[in-house]
Amino acid sequence: MVDLTTRIGALTLQNPIMPASGTFSRDMAEVFELDMLGALVTKTITAEVRGGNPTPRVCEVDGGMLNSIGIPSKGLGAFLANELPAYAPYRAPLIVSVSAPSIDGFAEIVSQLNLPGIAGIEANISCPNIEEDGKAFAMRPDTTARVVEALRRETDLPLWVKLTPNTGETVEVAQAAEAARADALVVANTILSMAVDARTRRPKLGNLMGGLSGPAFKPIALRMAYQSVRSVDIPVIGCGGISTVEDVAEFLVVGACAVQVGTASFINPTAMPRLRDDLQGFLAEEGYASVSDFIGSIRDGAPGDAVRFMEAAP
Amino acid sequence: MLSPAQLEPSKERSIHEVVGTVVTHRDAASGYRLLELDVPQEALDCRPGQFFHILCPVDGQSQPFLRRPMSIFGYDRDAGRLSFLYKVSGIGTAALSGLDEGDRLNVVGPLGNGFTIPQNARHLVLVARGVGLATLAPLAQEARRLGLGLKAICSARSPEHLMSIDHFRALGAEVIPVTDSEGTSDPEQLRSLLDGLAEADEMDMIYTCGSNRLLKLCQQVGRDAGIPGEIALEQQMACAIGMCQCCVRPFRRGGAVVQERVCREGPVFDIQEAMEW
Ligand SMILES: Cc1cc2nc3c(=O)[nH]c(=O)nc-3n(C[C@H](O)[C@H](O)[C@H](O)COP(=O)(O)OP(=O)(O)OC[C@H]3O[C@@H](n4cnc5c(N)ncnc54)[C@H](O)[C@@H]3O)c2cc1C
Ligand SMILES: Cc1cc2nc3c(=O)[nH]c(=O)nc-3n(C[C@H](O)[C@H](O)[C@H](O)COP(=O)(O)O)c2cc1C
Ligand code: FES
Repeated sequence: MVDLTTRIGALTLQNPIMPASGTFSRDMAEVFELDMLGALVTKTITAEVRGGNPTPRVCEVDGGMLNSIGIPSKGLGAFLANELPAYAPYRAPLIVSVSAPSIDGFAEIVSQLNLPGIAGIEANISCPNIEEDGKAFAMRPDTTARVVEALRRETDLPLWVKLTPNTGETVEVAQAAEAARADALVVANTILSMAVDARTRRPKLGNLMGGLSGPAFKPIALRMAYQSVRSVDIPVIGCGGISTVEDVAEFLVVGACAVQVGTASFINPTAMPRLRDDLQGFLAEEGYASVSDFIGSIRDGAPGDAVRFMEAAP
Repeated sequence: MLSPAQLEPSKERSIHEVVGTVVTHRDAASGYRLLELDVPQEALDCRPGQFFHILCPVDGQSQPFLRRPMSIFGYDRDAGRLSFLYKVSGIGTAALSGLDEGDRLNVVGPLGNGFTIPQNARHLVLVARGVGLATLAPLAQEARRLGLGLKAICSARSPEHLMSIDHFRALGAEVIPVTDSEGTSDPEQLRSLLDGLAEADEMDMIYTCGSNRLLKLCQQVGRDAGIPGEIALEQQMACAIGMCQCCVRPFRRGGAVVQERVCREGPVFDIQEAMEW
């Protein structure tokens, strides 16, 4: 048996497969045994009750989908009263994804999550839907630094920071999060996109624009994961378009130490357990005894600082 | 490529991703297709009103990305059979319509909450038009199993467009066809038909689905006669399991408007809580 355990800072996961925020809930227990996952990641929660965006909230595009769910949330109180206890029976570590419209709000919600049963915080500072005028914290290094510093003051739990592809400064944002003492980066959230119906001439999403996810998005996320690995020393968790074991392997090769699976679970609800099993087989076939030997094994022949200059490549 | 879809069967898990095989696939009426699959038994613990999420095949013409939700038209656990009645309307259903006998099809289900049949009910009435018949058909199967009377008011453009009448009759239902061409399907006519059933004490529960017009009508009849009812609703879906929250619809409840997920809290809802769209 190949050893699939992977370390993300202080956390050790039994395997590198976990769900992406917003594409998973406890309802998945009706499909497979949740404890087979490396970790459980909640939908982003907010302190206040939120309604979410108008419908239609999703549409399909070639090789992927757009979503403008928004962050409908029953609020922190409901999460603590109903969701957190319901996760207690599971052994897989629980990562709580949080968001807020302001730095103070962010710090406030994180300060209330230093609780037993929560293994880590994922700061969704990259959601393109909820920030006023569409500017997310994670679009710029300075706002990233300020919000992550504020969160770091509030918690000693592992703090994962989720990056956005909606920036021209991936390397700088990643480094700002590391400098502000994030424990890991999740790379990445969806990329802002649009779809219009040519016949009705209406936008296909109620919110006009939304985030692209699924296979069509994978090369962008992979590029960002690679850039991040090359520019920081903290662990990077890959996310974006992962649907096959080859996709998982590509993110591991560029140096991600775990992966999140989102849209693929909509297409194949059993994707995550199958990816875990397939990864065993893949690594055995490639002659690896452990996943950690495989992580970062890319043969790119590139010097460490190449990623910066390559941004202008095409 | 992912490894094959099936996981080990389990009692605790109720939603299954399985690969079925097409047994028959034929036209049911113009533009409608009837698809019958052979599927593993574990996926057939179904209730009327539930649905499956279908992975439409990718053909040379199109690549439907998301799954498509389809009501269960019929199921037979012992025979390992599952069937769908669908209308070819866009790229997903068009791709589906090209499936041949022996082809494989990946389906996820059963999903959602089905219809409820009140304990003391003796006479069930359903009002359906178009593909709505597909959703309501399993009620006839269940009514027969429970020894209850069921009247199916089937509405269509013209007598030639009436679907599934034989299917309902074979299941022991009394079919009342109404059509636009014969002038028997307009709201006033339906209203007096339903009021008549209520007065004759031949309607303990009313079921419908699909259209605003039928919703409004059944709401009024139900409210005036004090008869409970349910409606099966549709909304675009991505996960169909309750995770993504894309499929919400508004409902009237306790003086407020609440958002519920059609895939998880539905697709069957209390008819008085449903809102027109
Ligand atoms: C619970 C449920 C049960 C259903 N049962 C049946 C049935 O038994 N028979 C039948 O013919 N149809 C049924 N439908 C509607 C069916 O899902 C749509 O007709 C189908 O998704 C259309 O796909 P398409 O690719 O052909 O059309 P397109 O217009 O190309 O689809 C584009 C997108 O919109 C979605 N979409 C389009 N129309 C609908 C709709 N009415 N409801 C939900 N999503 C839609 C598609 O899933 C797809 O994501 C049901 C819908 C729901 C929600
Ligand atoms: C329907 C939907 C809802 C999402 N909701 C959230 C969310 O609440 N918080 C978040 O950080 N990311 C959210 N995401 C982004 C995913 O976590 C993930 O970053 C993205 O979808 C890319 O991965 P994928 O291609 O594997 O889906 C959502 C994505 C989808 C498709
Ligand atoms: S379709 Fe995802 S919650 Fe209903």
